Amino acid sequence: MWKWLHPYAKAQTSYELAGKLIPWFTVVCCISFAVGLVWGLAFAPADYQQGDSFRIIYIHVPAAILSMGAYTSMAVAAFIGLVWQIRLSDMAVAAMAPVGAVFTFIALFTGAAWGKPMWGAWWVWDARLTSELILLFLYLGVIALYNAFSDKVLAGRAAGILTLVGVINIPIIHYSVEWWNTLHQGASITKFDKPSIALSMLWPLLIMLLAFATFFGALMLMRFRNEILQRESHRPWVKALVMGGK
Amino acid sequence: MNPRRKKRLAVILAIVLGIGSAIGLVLYALSQNIDLFYTPSELVKGKGKQLVKPEAGQRLRIGGMVMPGSVVRDQSSLKVSFKLYDAGGDLVTVEFDGILPDLFREGQGIVAMGVLKDATTVTASEVLAKHDEEYMPPEIAESLKGMQHFKPEYTEEQLEGAHK
Repeated sequence: MWKWLHPYAKAQTSYELAGKLIPWFTVVCCISFAVGLVWGLAFAPADYQQGDSFRIIYIHVPAAILSMGAYTSMAVAAFIGLVWQIRLSDMAVAAMAPVGAVFTFIALFTGAAWGKPMWGAWWVWDARLTSELILLFLYLGVIALYNAFSDKVLAGRAAGILTLVGVINIPIIHYSVEWWNTLHQGASITKFDKPSIALSMLWPLLIMLLAFATFFGALMLMRFRNEILQRESHRPWVKALVMGGK
Repeated sequence: MNPRRKKRLAVILAIVLGIGSAIGLVLYALSQNIDLFYTPSELVKGKGKQLVKPEAGQRLRIGGMVMPGSVVRDQSSLKVSFKLYDAGGDLVTVEFDGILPDLFREGQGIVAMGVLKDATTVTASEVLAKHDEEYMPPEIAESLKGMQHFKPEYTEEQLEGAHK
């Protein structure tokens, strides 16, 4: 059943596949960023209560969703890496962590900038904000742990365990606004119900979500390729690639 | 799956489940303390199964909807008082001296931090606006909810009174 996946456990095959995928991700990312930003920031209608300030949603929400999505993908990769001991999975975890950390920071920063004019406070220690901050620390912990070992097999295992343990935070972030009284409002789009955002505002948001997702994909693949080259630098195919010097 | 992988799978699942349930229990034990604020009903009737009521003089946050028609402004200063309500039907009065956030409106959710003066009065030092997750253009809001939205405005006299 999983036979077709087996060739990709080989570093070279994955390296080449990543190289083929990057241009696609980049093109989709550029187009959707351009369309989504212009549509969202200039053409979408202003909100009935928040006016133009609500437009920061077009950065804040995609960054926040992707910060959690990136962590979930890291956890899946870490799980595969730990159980089946596939080194490429550890490399994928290491490749995704810094990108996810930056997305988390963007979500926190834009959230603070949005909170000041609307709520009246940059920061409130409510459950949603605090758990998202913990997510940032988890990312930093994974990055630090991976770089703390010179033996990268050991480093991958340690970082993978931390990633898996931290994944418990993801449902906490998502449901924090339902389980507890928070200042942060509930989910507008990531729920099974009808989205509670007007269609004319929802479309640019979905396009921005696609833009952030493909942005994450492209960055992650580039870092993944670097990681492979670094860790496989003693292999003949890497030497041939470098020496064959294009 | 070969036995070594099975063993690793079991170990990892055990670690994740163990830590997950530990964190779950911690959060469950703390669940009332993680709440950012009391709702008016919790303040009046008591919170949780033991119906714990905060005491007068305690610093706390109160969150609820601003009762329409209950906002009383002092004409010569920024002093304002309003009532908060929630689904439980209890009312709590909030007194505040300062500039309210832009989103403060009657019928809007707010969170106020302050000191409990008596059983149903809070003297607030900070008022934060809480908005809901609905976003829509003004035309739709008007036809859907029949409301016009406007920012609170202050007279010169009121703003001057704030510095006295």
